[in-house]
Formats: sequence, structure tokens, C-alpha cells
Amino acid sequence: MSDVADRVKKIVVEHLGVDADKVTEEASFIDDLGADSLDTVELVMAFEEEFGVEIPDDAAEKILTVKDAIGFIETNAAA
Amino acid sequence: MRRVVITGLGMVTPLGSDVETVWASILASESGAGPITRFDPEGYACRIACEVIRGDGTGRTFDAGKRVDHKVQRQVDPFITYGIDAAGQALEDAGLTDMTEAERFRVGCTIGSGIGGLPGIEEESVVLHTKGPRRVSPHFVHGRLINLISGQVSIKYGLMGPNHAVVTACSTGAHAIGDAARMIALDDADVMLAGGAEGAICPLGIAGFSQARALSTNFNDEPKRASRPYDKDRDGFVMGEGAGVVVLEEYEHAKARGAKIYGEIIGYGLTGDAYHVTAPHPEGSGAFRSMEMALRKAGLAPSDIDYINAHGTSTPMGDELELGAVRRLFGSAIETLSMSSTKSAIGHLLGGAGAVESIFCLLAMRDQVAPPTLNLDNPSDGCAGVDLVPHVAKPRSIKAVLNNSFGFGGTNATLVFRALP
Repeated sequence: MSDVADRVKKIVVEHLGVDADKVTEEASFIDDLGADSLDTVELVMAFEEEFGVEIPDDAAEKILTVKDAIGFIETNAAA
Repeated sequence: MRRVVITGLGMVTPLGSDVETVWASILASESGAGPITRFDPEGYACRIACEVIRGDGTGRTFDAGKRVDHKVQRQVDPFITYGIDAAGQALEDAGLTDMTEAERFRVGCTIGSGIGGLPGIEEESVVLHTKGPRRVSPHFVHGRLINLISGQVSIKYGLMGPNHAVVTACSTGAHAIGDAARMIALDDADVMLAGGAEGAICPLGIAGFSQARALSTNFNDEPKRASRPYDKDRDGFVMGEGAGVVVLEEYEHAKARGAKIYGEIIGYGLTGDAYHVTAPHPEGSGAFRSMEMALRKAGLAPSDIDYINAHGTSTPMGDELELGAVRRLFGSAIETLSMSSTKSAIGHLLGGAGAVESIFCLLAMRDQVAPPTLNLDNPSDGCAGVDLVPHVAKPRSIKAVLNNSFGFGGTNATLVFRALP
């Protein structure tokens, strides 16, 4: 569980160039971490690559926070 | 017409990522050439280049993080990163980093590139073909587009004047400066950031230019000897990368704020060969007319020019055709000027060349010294009677300078600068 969270946070830090301590589970990519809409598309792609999941567009639109991403991956990723 | 002066300089080159470091290396006859490290060049006809060295900014290294956000760096091709940094340097040098909104409405950008984001196009094409369309980066397009140096710089510094970009192959940098100067002269802006950048040292770039028979291939074991304009053994150019950007400013505007002035741009010539996509016109007629136009606009006689920074790429055909055109236009005045090619030191920066070399021209006037042509051991037959500043820099009086840039497609640009008294 925490493994998924750590890997998600690492991707966010790398892609958005933000300090790791700002990437809390409640943090919103756009409102708190300075992402724009294209950055969120890129983040979703990176999550798909890292975890081997497919995140359809309608699901991707609902991933707004770090917690949303972790939740989707934990529910849908293959073990 | 409003007069236009240069009040800020910035560059990223294989010899360093600030103007004074690079200029000192140029005057010390240093070369930025070496084996290609960006990728494994085994099996390539040309295995050498003049690469920008990433590092912490000390010595010759370029610290991309100094002026370009981590996020932007990840999204854009190297040519854009180089361009943003050079533009930032130029603004800082000009003392124009703290402007009001009203001032920034009158500040624009014309920073181009010859090729644009070739490494990124190459890499993302592989992603498309191996992983499919859903893996192509959402930043792919705007991270590769040529006008995105101007775009990124305008966003970073809030510059809301003309936002433009020149694309004329290896004359991009010179055309950008000439065109931007006209925008100021015609009252579209008071200040323009103008120049060019390139970052095309990638497998496709090296392979493509090699196949066009443009690159040096005889000096893979002695890279520093490969770029040798006017020398009998020259066999093609050495690919460089980086960026050059200048701050152009309306003269009264610069004077009113007490700006440091490097020189005035007084002549701009631009012509087409209408002959061949890669080969220069056999009589150098486009180059001749470009220089003639620039001198006419400047109101100078050939004998007024003290130094020419030549296009001089070290290709067998181009160097002598340019020299022949200079000889015909300048007549006996060719005997008193100095002419050199700084591509012998930093390689050919393609779209960045004309801007970086214009900066060398301005510094030559400031310091009263002509930079050298390296590796000129045995000048070609056509070089007799011309001071090509072989091997070492030459102190001399320099009051007016001419800079040539020519590009694929048969495009030619010439700039003339003079020192202010």
C-alpha cells in the first residue's frame, strides 16, 4: 500500500519539479502543486507506465489529488 | 527612422554559458570540439561535435537549472532551454529584468532556430511506433516548435510586444537580429530580444547532415583540428549547439536610462541565391548582394569595415565562394581588414550562429581585437592577401564590423554594426 503511495509521490515530484514534502495525499495537482491540464495528462501517462494499468479518460478526469491517484491504482492495478 | 543599439548579450555555447567566459576562450584560441557523447556515434561517418556540456555552470559547463524551471526543461527540447537561458542573460546584462507592465508592452522577442526540436521528434517518434499514440507526451508539440523560445521567454519575463521567430536555416540568428531591429525602427517595439538557438546533435541530425555531405569526416580522431575554415584540408563543418540572444533597444530609450551600449546596428542585407538547396551560388552572387545591401544601408564604404566575422563553415565550397564575394565587393579594401571564422572554435551553431557571431563582432569592437581562425595551417589558394587571423587573436583598431550568415535554401543575411563614439 505505502509502496504505491511512495511511487506515485516520486512520479509527481519528478514531473512537476515540486518539493517532496508538498506532495501530501490531499494535495491537488492543479490547485496545490502548480500543474496545468497538460501536466495532469502527462502524470496519468506516467502512472499507467509505472503501474501497468490503463486509466481511461473518464477515470483520469476524476483523478485530481494524490490520494485519487493512489486509490485508483490500488483498486485497478494488477498485483 | 529610429536608431537601434545593442544593450545586452547572452549566449550558451560549447565553450561556456556566459559571454565573458566564452569570449576569453575564443581569444585564447580554445576549441570546443570533441567526440560525440550525447549518443554512441559508432558507425556514423562523423563522430565529433561541439557539444554544450551540462554541469553546475562553472568553467565551460551550462547549468540549465539556473534560469529554466525543472518542469519546463523536462517538457522542451534542448534548443529551447539554451534559448531561454541566453535570453535571460541578455536581459540581465541590459538591466531590464525589472520592468513595469507598460514598459513590457513595448518589449518583444524574435528568437528562432534553424531546425527546432529534432532530438525530441526523433525520440517521440520511437515512442509512437513502439508504445502507441497514447504514450506520446502532451508536451510533444509545444516542446519542439521553433517559436517556443520566444513564447517561453515572453511568459517567463512578461514581454508583451511582438512575439516572432525566424526560421532561415543557418542564417536564422542574423535574420532575427536584422528583422527585430526593423521592428524597433518601425516603432513596433522599444526593446527586442533577438537571436537564435540550435540543439540538433542527435542521431538523426548527425546522420542527416552527414548524408548531405556537409560534416567533417576526416578528423574523427583529432576533433579539435576538424573545423578549419579556409584551410586546404577542410572537409566539412563540425556541428555545434547553443544559443545567442541580444537585447536590441531604441537609441533614445537606451540613452535615457543610461544603458551600456555595445554598438549600433546600421546595416542589414538579405538576399536569395535562387540556385540550389544546399550548394551556394557558384559566383557567390547572393552573398555579394547581401553584403552590398548591408553596406549601402549602413552608408559605409568597404574601406570603413575593419573586421568581418565570416560565415566560413569549413566546407570545401562555401569558404572560398564567400571569400571571393568579399574580394569582389571590397576590392583593395580587403587588404586592410581582418576576417575570421569563429566556427573554427565553437563549430557551426546553425540557427544560433548568426547571433553568437554578432556578439563576437560587438566584443571585437569593445576590446579592439579580432578573434582568430583556428587550424588555418595551409590557407587555400584563394586566400592570398587576406588577413584571416590565423591561430591567434589580433589586437587592432575595429570601429565597424560586418557579419555574414548563409543558409540552406540559398538564404543570405549580412549585418553591419558600428561602435558609438
